[in-house]
Amino acid sequence: MSSETLIDSFYVFALAAFLGYQVISRVPPLLHTPLMSATNAISGISLVGSIVAAGARLSTVATILGFVAVTCATTNVVGGFMITDRMLRMFKRKPTAGEKEKSAISQSSNNGKGAA
Amino acid sequence: MSYTTYFIEFTYLAAGILFILGLKGMSHPESAKRGMHLAEFGMLLAIIGTLLHHEIVDYTWIIVGLLVGSVVGGAMAYWVPMTAMPQRTALSHAFGAFAAALVGIAEYYNYTHGFKLDEVTHKALELTRFDMGAMGFEIMFGSLTTTGSLIAFAKLQGLVRGSPVTFKGQNIFNMSLLAATIGCYVYLIFVPGAATVFYVMLGLAFLFGVLLVIPIGAADMPVVMSLLNSYAGLAAAATGFVLNNKVLIIAGTLDGFSGFILSILMCRAMNRSMTNVLFGAFGSTAADAGAGGEAGTMREVGIEDVAVQLAYANQVIFVPGYGMATAQAQHIVRELSDVLEKKGVAVKFAIHPVAGRMPGHMNVLLAEANVPYSSLYELEQINHEFPSTDVAVVIGANDVVNPDARDNPKSPIAGMPILEVDRARSVVVLKRGKGKGFAGIENPLFFKSVTGMLYGDAKDSLTKLVQAVQHA
Repeated sequence: MSSETLIDSFYVFALAAFLGYQVISRVPPLLHTPLMSATNAISGISLVGSIVAAGARLSTVATILGFVAVTCATTNVVGGFMITDRMLRMFKRKPTAGEKEKSAISQSSNNGKGAA
Repeated sequence: MSYTTYFIEFTYLAAGILFILGLKGMSHPESAKRGMHLAEFGMLLAIIGTLLHHEIVDYTWIIVGLLVGSVVGGAMAYWVPMTAMPQRTALSHAFGAFAAALVGIAEYYNYTHGFKLDEVTHKALELTRFDMGAMGFEIMFGSLTTTGSLIAFAKLQGLVRGSPVTFKGQNIFNMSLLAATIGCYVYLIFVPGAATVFYVMLGLAFLFGVLLVIPIGAADMPVVMSLLNSYAGLAAAATGFVLNNKVLIIAGTLDGFSGFILSILMCRAMNRSMTNVLFGAFGSTAADAGAGGEAGTMREVGIEDVAVQLAYANQVIFVPGYGMATAQAQHIVRELSDVLEKKGVAVKFAIHPVAGRMPGHMNVLLAEANVPYSSLYELEQINHEFPSTDVAVVIGANDVVNPDARDNPKSPIAGMPILEVDRARSVVVLKRGKGKGFAGIENPLFFKSVTGMLYGDAKDSLTKLVQAVQHA
């Protein structure tokens, strides 16, 4: 790595930090748990580094470490996004009178799953 | 650049943008779902792009890793109960950080053993100071977050005691350990080839992660979770520096800052500084402070009395705490609120930012139980409503409703913003037993004349209340 690429990287870092601050401060406390699992899934993008390490076959050590890293990162990406979706689906508005009956029906069919 | 390289770079750029849009959607529950789909699509693009990378010659281990990871991650996401969300999150911080650390170690190994070749000349690449600087940072943060998160997981899962583990000279010991780790790091920047120093640094960072989290009590978990979240993100961002991959820097930084903001919010909600949380070993030292003279008598109330009170109230506010999660009582709380609403009682839920074991813990549990999010209120929104509330029902919460935080400057939690339930016309506290809260602080709320104590398992009491209210 040269000093130029390092400086480039710092530019990206600084801008992402600023943007992150702006975006994240708008997330209401209501969604803080899904936020944490979402950012976790997103930072599972380190998967792209792990994939190259596991597949470049530069050395056995790197392949093994890369493989474990791919597994860990994929767990985060798949698990993180799935659970964020699962949580977000649970957040509902207050149903209006008409919707209330509908949701009562779907609730009774969902009860088995909710208890598990 | 070849067309493939252009395509890969394009997928990374698209992923970066989609991630930001995804998080932007998080500002509202309605837009959040769509936002997440954008982020998921971005992730898929980036992975497809990476698979076309020209350095990859063997897909076997990649495919096995992707499959195993998907099965494990998918199974965890599908079956983990909402009450176990803090544990799962702690575990995923550990996974993310470990992946980052491993990529760093693999890179270091390839460099120092001459496996890293220049793409044009095919000569072994030298490890520069800049490489080492970024790599060392990645590995330090990655490894300390891995072990730290595993300890947090063990504490939350109840595998080890949740109370702080302290020993004499702990802070000095930890500080020296941190100094030694950073010393190794600085040395490596000047002498990148010193492999022994590298592995010593790695070991020290793993150890420091353990020591960082063991003195932290269960009540402080929301801060620690947020902090580990932040570290895991920073480790991923550092991986981006090492690999010169911009989307990794963007995603890691977003994660890092999100965790950082959350930890500041959590600290503010407890009126404590970050240093105090990390090095204060709360809950062990505070045990007997602030207990002075308040001990009056607690008034025990029965199910029938409470049921009548609730049924004839105009407004009831529920205040859930970690006790609701341990008793798995969120579904029955919703039933009770439904029954009350049918009787024309206005029902609201007051959520303290640090109630539970991670940010937003209570909101997710109540959402799981189908409580609409419009019934959930934050501290600032609801506090002025307590004086006009007939009954405040505290379910397994303690410190977040302790009036001492407001009235007694000598209290260990003085200045912490609280939900002012003691200003309600009457208060019902659902509590397991007569003991103190996890922080061991006496709670004068329990001795006030407006307060009635309803002892027993929260779920049992609430189930009985639902029936009693229906007949009232």
